[in-house]
Amino acid sequence: MVDITSSQLSGPQGPKPRKALSRRNILLYGTLFVVTVYYALPLYVMIVTSLKGMPEIRLGNIFSPPVEVTFEPWVKAWAQACTGLTCDGLSTGFWNSVRITIPSVILSIVIASVNGYALANWKFKGADAFFTILIFGAFIPYQVMLYPIVIMLREIGLYGSLTGLVIVHTIFGMPILTLLFRNYFTSLPEELFKAARVDGAGFWGIYFRIMVPMSLPIFTVAMILQVTGIWNDFLFGVVYTRPESYPMTVSLNNIVNSTQGVKEYNVNMAATIITGLVPLTIYFVSGKLFVRGIAAGAVKG
Amino acid sequence: MNKSVEIKNLDLEFGAVKVLQNLNLDIGKGEFLVLLGSSGCGKSTLLNCIAGLLDVTAGQIHINDKNVTWAEPSERGIGMVFQSYALYPQMNVEGNLSFGLKNAKLPKDEIAKRIKRASEILQIEPLLKRKPAALSGGQRQRVAIGRALVRDVDVFLFDEPLSNLDAKLRADLRVEIKRLHQNLGNTMVYVTHDQIEAMTLADRIAIMRGGQIMQLDSPEEIYGRPVNKYVAGFIGSPSMNFLEGRIEGDVFLVGDLAIPLAGYEFASGNAVSGEASLGIRPEHVVTGELVGNAPFQIDIDVSLIEPTGSDTLVDCEVAGHPFRVRMDGQAKIKVGERLRLGLDLSKASLFDKTSELRL
Repeated sequence: MVDITSSQLSGPQGPKPRKALSRRNILLYGTLFVVTVYYALPLYVMIVTSLKGMPEIRLGNIFSPPVEVTFEPWVKAWAQACTGLTCDGLSTGFWNSVRITIPSVILSIVIASVNGYALANWKFKGADAFFTILIFGAFIPYQVMLYPIVIMLREIGLYGSLTGLVIVHTIFGMPILTLLFRNYFTSLPEELFKAARVDGAGFWGIYFRIMVPMSLPIFTVAMILQVTGIWNDFLFGVVYTRPESYPMTVSLNNIVNSTQGVKEYNVNMAATIITGLVPLTIYFVSGKLFVRGIAAGAVKG
Repeated sequence: MNKSVEIKNLDLEFGAVKVLQNLNLDIGKGEFLVLLGSSGCGKSTLLNCIAGLLDVTAGQIHINDKNVTWAEPSERGIGMVFQSYALYPQMNVEGNLSFGLKNAKLPKDEIAKRIKRASEILQIEPLLKRKPAALSGGQRQRVAIGRALVRDVDVFLFDEPLSNLDAKLRADLRVEIKRLHQNLGNTMVYVTHDQIEAMTLADRIAIMRGGQIMQLDSPEEIYGRPVNKYVAGFIGSPSMNFLEGRIEGDVFLVGDLAIPLAGYEFASGNAVSGEASLGIRPEHVVTGELVGNAPFQIDIDVSLIEPTGSDTLVDCEVAGHPFRVRMDGQAKIKVGERLRLGLDLSKASLFDKTSELRL
């Protein structure tokens, strides 16, 4: 039997047909492909090289996959590579970085979130001036403050210690994190805050019971920003610590830039990947929340 | 009358902007007072001052004969319901209801008792374990009212509680709020810009404009005898018709018409004369068979018709002024037709041309 409805209609009907190979699609996917290759190729080269032995690398085919897969360079980068005087690889630097990053991230986020909450919800006298000064701090180049902070840390006896570096990281994270939290808390409905006040909750009660539970996305964003920022930091690490407590980035630099002997490209590549693994993992694990936090303000009760 | 809320010489300024100016207001025990006005008139600000969410610049607020001007919101014996419900999204309904009670460190069995009572009154028992996101707008607002209810306070403050709901739900919940007030007998202060809500709910309405109360009276009085032209135009939908003219002796002259003032009660008791505007509500114009009884009659041309079902609104012109008439929904009328209107000034209002005050 003939389909009655379609036989009665003439002319365009139903969904508009689309060509799979239109000019628009070719351009779109072509561009995406080129950009992907541009970013993925160096990573590919790094991984491939790190799995080759030195004789194979000397052949010069950097794009070819390893004939004989070896994890020797990775082990060496982690445990044996020489960083200046000592030869225990990245492991010391890794644990130093962990000991720097975790307290810095927690401390800076805790302080900044309370700051942001106070600025957004409890309009105290001089709040605007305070906020302006804080934001201004975000635009002062680090180099200007480098030496004064050395002196200050020396005076309070923290120069060269991990504690000193943690304090420096916390302070430098403050402007941008406070701005982040303030804007997020401002975007939450003000009536929630009012309702909680009528319900008799105080400053900390509202913060812990109302605000924090609603703010997972922004805490994630702050965490990612801080972890990557502090983990990747080189300048503060090299300026404010001593060689035995250098963070991983400094160790990596010392391995890669050491001038004695042969350049072990495979070890260098492996060391670089290991160093980058932490921020990379953080991104992959919390990417979804990160996007939600960046698009914050869309959280409705 | 026992006073529940007293506001004395209240001023509130945001920087250089004076939002409330020397405002005085007494609200009786068990009274339902509606603060009505267009947006920006300071009505919500006033409510926030009563709640203690805003610090006042000058003046005093007393609740239950206690000066609470400096008291925290939770210490004032008030419960508040917000336009956006303001339910805590991460807590379920029970958590929302108990949050304030837990903050007040009430014993567990007392909390359970109060939640039970409130949820029975508002019929939200089946919802207690749900999160606010899983509730409809009407249910959310019920929970929000419940949150005020469990606090067991004397004064309820409503900040446009129905504005986020659709028209049907709004009408339903309006009735429920009125019933709640009848059953509980608490003092309620209710902010709205919706005059229907104001007229149906209020014992007294305070019409606000520019941070001041223009008129504080019963709904009937505000509707029937507005104190000035602003109130007259604001209350009533469709709004009042105004004819600009002159009072001379016992007639009102507009264009070439002379409308007799017989039956009009002047505010001062004595007739006055001079420039004035005459306000007549569309529903107070007589049409059809009863026209013959009206003291003044006029023929007009119908220029536009708006049928609403229950009644029909007719647009026309009287002495060069746009004029609307409310007719029965059954009325058969066409554009361009001639219609005879009857005016009776006993229900009309006269306002002074310059001061805009009622004459």
